Amino acid sequence: MRPFSFESVTTANDAIAAGASGDGGMEFLAGGTTLIDLMKLDVMRPTRVVDINALARTELGRIDVQRQGLRLGALVRMAEAAEHADINTVYPAVAQSLRLAASQQIRNMASLAGNVLQRTRCPYFRDVSYEQCNKREPGSGCAALDGINRSHAVLGTSDQCIASYPGDFAQALIALGAIVDIAGPRGMRDIPFAALHRKPGDAPDIETTLQSGEMITAFFIPAALWTRRSVFLKIRDRESYEFALASAVVALDLEEDKVRDVRIALGGVATIPWRATAAEAVLKGKVLSARSKRAAADAAFADAHAHEHNAFKIELGKRTLIRALDQAAAMEI
Amino acid sequence: MDPDRRKFLSASVSTAATAAFARALNAEAAPAQPSSKSAHEPLDVTIVVNGRERRMALDPRTTLLDALREHLGLTGTKKGCDHGQCGACTVLAQGQRILSCLTLAASVQNRDVTTIEGLIGASGALHPMQQAFIDHDAFQCGYCTPGQIMSAIACVHEGHAGSDGEIREYMSGNLCRCGAYPNIVAAVNDAKTAMASPG
Repeated sequence: MRPFSFESVTTANDAIAAGASGDGGMEFLAGGTTLIDLMKLDVMRPTRVVDINALARTELGRIDVQRQGLRLGALVRMAEAAEHADINTVYPAVAQSLRLAASQQIRNMASLAGNVLQRTRCPYFRDVSYEQCNKREPGSGCAALDGINRSHAVLGTSDQCIASYPGDFAQALIALGAIVDIAGPRGMRDIPFAALHRKPGDAPDIETTLQSGEMITAFFIPAALWTRRSVFLKIRDRESYEFALASAVVALDLEEDKVRDVRIALGGVATIPWRATAAEAVLKGKVLSARSKRAAADAAFADAHAHEHNAFKIELGKRTLIRALDQAAAMEI
Repeated sequence: MDPDRRKFLSASVSTAATAAFARALNAEAAPAQPSSKSAHEPLDVTIVVNGRERRMALDPRTTLLDALREHLGLTGTKKGCDHGQCGACTVLAQGQRILSCLTLAASVQNRDVTTIEGLIGASGALHPMQQAFIDHDAFQCGYCTPGQIMSAIACVHEGHAGSDGEIREYMSGNLCRCGAYPNIVAAVNDAKTAMASPG
């Protein structure tokens, strides 16, 4: 690991001041489950680490279930939100997406904001002995395009990067229309969760729209008719402690068997948290039938682009979505 | 914080949500933490390990795992993958299981850390989970065992040892290359009863 200076901040003001110092080599440290791992691998090379864990005792560490929606502080740990009774009842897909990720040790450590900002598991990104990685070294090329790309994305790719977004919780946030609260050197702002991540395009190294020194302070999920009938379904190579090959979040508002409204997000198959609005449009106002579900799945993957080893993800992703729709429809709420 | 900055921040608050955050801005969250002006200055780190306050001068890069093993001589906690994938380094921090290999020692300043060495009671008796691992032959080479036992104790305390399936799911962060899994599940089942009984 390369040398860095270490400091702990005890107030949010100090954290923002640290971000405002204009030091490009600064990283905030929360759970550390991504940062310390990637520092050991020499993929992330901060010169200054600012520990913000003490802020968990402020608003940043709180879960607040309100009539208007669910507010999750950025430093709430995955395990705490996963086991929260009201979240399990009113926002089940949120709890499931957290509970089915990582291991209990990691869920005890990892913060919610750190979770959504976790980096890709692309092996060519994580191993610096590969010279080509446009995320790590802009302009160096992409070793995954001609490499072993079984785990890589089929949606949102570019000719510069096909790394898949690894997280699960983000799919719940994007499906349920979450808002992200951000604080930074230029003040505070909030943005739709869907505006947080950037597709790789021609700059795969710029993964989010966060500016230098900014930090996420909270997520807000608005209350809606579809949150109780929501499901997170995760398909993977082993049944536990593994990243998704394909996953789906479905949130349904049903009127008998007709879809009044639906929210759909896909994971494991895309470069960023992926809202499948085309699939939603197919289902709105329709009866859930084998035909309409298949049409929605086809629409979700209409723009999919496979590489040598990951074509299976297109059919797997469609079947995952169809099964998630079935599970959501069958829920007793 | 200088007055201009305070004014600027409060002026930029636009929603109820950010107002709540703004109230927290000046809240003092915790006592002073270690900090280094440069990367080459050692950090003054104090951790309460197995009930004993241990003060160390550490390179900021030192993980909790390396602090325990290399600085305190507590080699019961094992280094497996060193990347948070195997669970061999599992310890309890404030009673919760965490991975010591992905935790900087400086980030657990003044916290209570329990390692496998801290399980034996004053009488010298093994913890019920340690005894259950012996009784059920829940290991072969033993390298993953300290992490398995720390994780298993937390699993029971969390209330995640209700069934064999639940034990397997909540112990999935601890890998055993010898494949002692069936006996580990049996040991956790056994120990959870012993842990629940008084004394």
